Amino acid sequence: MFEVFTDLATWLVVDVLGLSRTTKLGDALHFFIEDITKIFFLLLVMIYVIALIRASMNVERVRDYLAGKHKGIGYLLGSSFGAITPFCSCSSIPVFLGFTSAGIPVGITMSFLITSPLINEVAVLLLLSLLGWKFTILYVVVGMFVGILSGIFLDAIKAERWLQSFAAKALERGQNASSTTQSTQIESLSLRDRHAFAKNEMLEIFGRVWKWVIIGVGLGAALHGFVPEGWIQENLGNEQWWSVPSAVLLGIPLYSNATGVIPVMESLIKQGLPIGTTLAFCMSTVAASFPEFILLKQVMQWRLLVVLFVLLLVAFTLIGWIFNYLTPFI
Amino acid sequence: MKEIKVLGTGCAKCTKTVEVISKIANELNINVQVIKETDPEVIMGYGVMSTPAVIIDEVNVHSGSIPHRKAIESWLRA
Repeated sequence: MFEVFTDLATWLVVDVLGLSRTTKLGDALHFFIEDITKIFFLLLVMIYVIALIRASMNVERVRDYLAGKHKGIGYLLGSSFGAITPFCSCSSIPVFLGFTSAGIPVGITMSFLITSPLINEVAVLLLLSLLGWKFTILYVVVGMFVGILSGIFLDAIKAERWLQSFAAKALERGQNASSTTQSTQIESLSLRDRHAFAKNEMLEIFGRVWKWVIIGVGLGAALHGFVPEGWIQENLGNEQWWSVPSAVLLGIPLYSNATGVIPVMESLIKQGLPIGTTLAFCMSTVAASFPEFILLKQVMQWRLLVVLFVLLLVAFTLIGWIFNYLTPFI
Repeated sequence: MKEIKVLGTGCAKCTKTVEVISKIANELNINVQVIKETDPEVIMGYGVMSTPAVIIDEVNVHSGSIPHRKAIESWLRA
């Protein structure tokens, strides 16, 4: 189904530019053009289709739904909604406070917020087309596990002690008044509304991510063309236990969304970097970033921020090791 | 004079919303005061979760995106 993009890239590189695919430059350029055209096409089509379906889904409805749910199922629901509900990362703080003031426990809210950047429709789509369905399922399951377990852990250590005082008070008020949940009115949408929403989403998300895709694919192409085959496998392969924590640490200052990092993952894996190490690097880049944490400072005390940060780093490192160990059995 | 508050934690869309409202108000020659509100506690007070949100005379009239020109004009003329 995707051969058309390979053919297009071959035509441009070989016939139009006159480069041979056996040269480094030709090979890297071919990779770049093939991936960019394929990803852009997929993004535009799929964002539109998905937006059409989920037009009436929003954070307000998720909050109303989660409020008053039993804790046991709350983490799973929080994490699942995090995966499917769209929201801009710049809304994390209002969403956190909105959930909190509805009396939803901090752990469930964090399950939602941690899973959200890790899993979204764009990421899943790119994974499917670039790395296949097995890896995609693996990625989604692991991402949700990180969200769910982090949430359970945060509630177990009573993380709400370390909220900023106004947020802690809002939580208390919300929990005492939990019987009077205000429900958002559910509007039914006509097909025309849905189309307008989907078109808007498509243009907006594409406008936000296209540069990340170019950067990501560019890095991927550079890796693909210029890093000698086997170098990564020899130096950063399974033998070296430290490669996973190093990958996690390296991912922290690098800040990207999932869309940008997935093309890089594709090349890393093709170059022989173990799957666990790649996953760890990718998740750390996407979910543990300083700008986000500095934003969270507005609602959390330092202690909780540090706990959260260490928690994510430990989780990603464990994921890396476990997957590297399991790879031969998958 | 109308007081319009734009709620948002400082993302690009929120800044843009403030600009667009001010610009349209200028074009229509309507005197308004556009305030950018970034304090999370205040945003929470309005019960807003999707930013940017627009508050006119303490009523939440819009949230979650940069408002359309038509909507802005109708608020200003109201």
